Amino acid sequence: MSFSSEQESLNLAKRHRKAKFFAMFCAAITWSGVLLLALLLIQVSIQGFGWLDWQFIDSFPSRFPERAGIKSALVGTVWLIALVALISIPVGVSTALYLEEFAGRGRIAKIIEVNIANLAGVPSIVYGILGLAIFVRYMALGRSLVSGALTMSLLILPVIIIASREAIKTVPQSIRYAAYSLGATKWQTTWAHVLPASFPGIMTGVILALSRAIGETAPLIMIGALTFVAFLPEGPMDSFAALPIQIYDWISRPQEEFHELAAAGIIILLAVLLIMNATAIYIRNKTERRLK
Amino acid sequence: MSQFPDPVAAQVQVMHKKSALELHNVSIYYTDNKAVKDVSFNIRRNKITAIIGPSGCGKSTLLRSLNRMNDFVEGCRVEGDLIFANENLYGKDVDPVEVRRRIGMVFQKPNPFPKSIYNNIAWGPLINGYKDSTDELVEKSLKQAALWEEVKDRLHESALNLSGGQQQRLCIARALAMEPEVLLMDEPCSALDPISTAHIEDLMFELKEKYTIVIVTHNMQQAARISDYTAFMEMGDLIEFNVTKRIFTRPAIKRTEEYVTGRFG
Repeated sequence: MSFSSEQESLNLAKRHRKAKFFAMFCAAITWSGVLLLALLLIQVSIQGFGWLDWQFIDSFPSRFPERAGIKSALVGTVWLIALVALISIPVGVSTALYLEEFAGRGRIAKIIEVNIANLAGVPSIVYGILGLAIFVRYMALGRSLVSGALTMSLLILPVIIIASREAIKTVPQSIRYAAYSLGATKWQTTWAHVLPASFPGIMTGVILALSRAIGETAPLIMIGALTFVAFLPEGPMDSFAALPIQIYDWISRPQEEFHELAAAGIIILLAVLLIMNATAIYIRNKTERRLK
Repeated sequence: MSQFPDPVAAQVQVMHKKSALELHNVSIYYTDNKAVKDVSFNIRRNKITAIIGPSGCGKSTLLRSLNRMNDFVEGCRVEGDLIFANENLYGKDVDPVEVRRRIGMVFQKPNPFPKSIYNNIAWGPLINGYKDSTDELVEKSLKQAALWEEVKDRLHESALNLSGGQQQRLCIARALAMEPEVLLMDEPCSALDPISTAHIEDLMFELKEKYTIVIVTHNMQQAARISDYTAFMEMGDLIEFNVTKRIFTRPAIKRTEEYVTGRFG
């Protein structure tokens, strides 16, 4: 079989055109997404920026928009995320390590695996109902921070587990063999080599998961987080408010001023999110450099 | 002499024997596939034994069975007797972790830990209960691996900044730091350039003063240059085992001759 040179060049031109078209198509899709997000941010900023001042951050909710603030919701969210991290990271990473390093390829491991994948797709409101039934009612933890944190942890555990497993999978087998060949036990190998090498990847998964938790509203409404709180939680058993709930509450009010307050709240929520991500990325880069 | 808590009695007994490892009718299976078939030979103390043969002949499989690295391969099963220090390596009360502590391994591709040069070497002894200062041990091991002069000023830099040949010598130093009785090398030069290869071959000559070395190699010239004994394998069978000189000059079996003269493989 041979190509006539003319035919070949025709073909090639066509193929190049196709490649160019596809690249442009992908770029267009990407930019439309970015543009939409930018529009959203701009709109929120225009609406909410005027309300952003220290008074807004340092005040409790109020019937009067000019006196209303986000203090209790902000503190509630910080509490909540800290507790969620405390619960979900050890459980999630341990589970991932178990499934990847210790469980083998048995039937039970497979069943767990499929279930985790399915759980990642369950709507958050369902977790809210579960949390209400188990933590709030059955375990009688009440409408407390702990109930909220446990519910949120359930919600994001599948994400943490799946991301951590992927990170652990990328650790080359040769590193494990090197450790074993020096007379290391499985635990020593995992602790000293597999976990540090997969740490950056695990961090990324954790950031994503916590970012999801910080914006979730439905489960918190379900377990009964408060919207009008004029005090700060002092311990994990206290009731609490959270940023998304506060925003939701303000948006559902008829007055225009409260809508603008909601926009200001969104800016604060985004700021918290960005600070969190930046910290995590900083930690990740630092450990990555140490590894190299 | 080992710095680690050891069953000394068993060792002393073995010291008098010429063989470091004895293989009696060793067969290795991957699920149903028999990769190594009834192989028997002895690995002499303080000698270099080379295992050669065409790809897929089972030589690496056999090597990995000598320190139970095959345990990590699913479906891998070993039959027959592998006698080390008067004990069967696959005996019921033998701890594979203990086996790997005493029989070290260097892999085909250099696989340093993504840590500093220093920690690459100190980690093995530390997890095995080494109590003295690791500084000396690191220096000694690097010197043994002929790497000390090149890296002594940057011990705390990442091992991944080293060249391929240096990384492989680091891996050898890492294995030596454990003071193993036997050192297994699985095609240690196949990923290296000729100069690095020459470095490592020189090194092996020096190392056999203290260690027993088993090396799997694709490279027949390498086997002829460095080894004292050679085992030739094909399709899982041990075709011939003898003094290296004999294998390469007057092999007893036609097939061996065909292979070492490069007529196939």
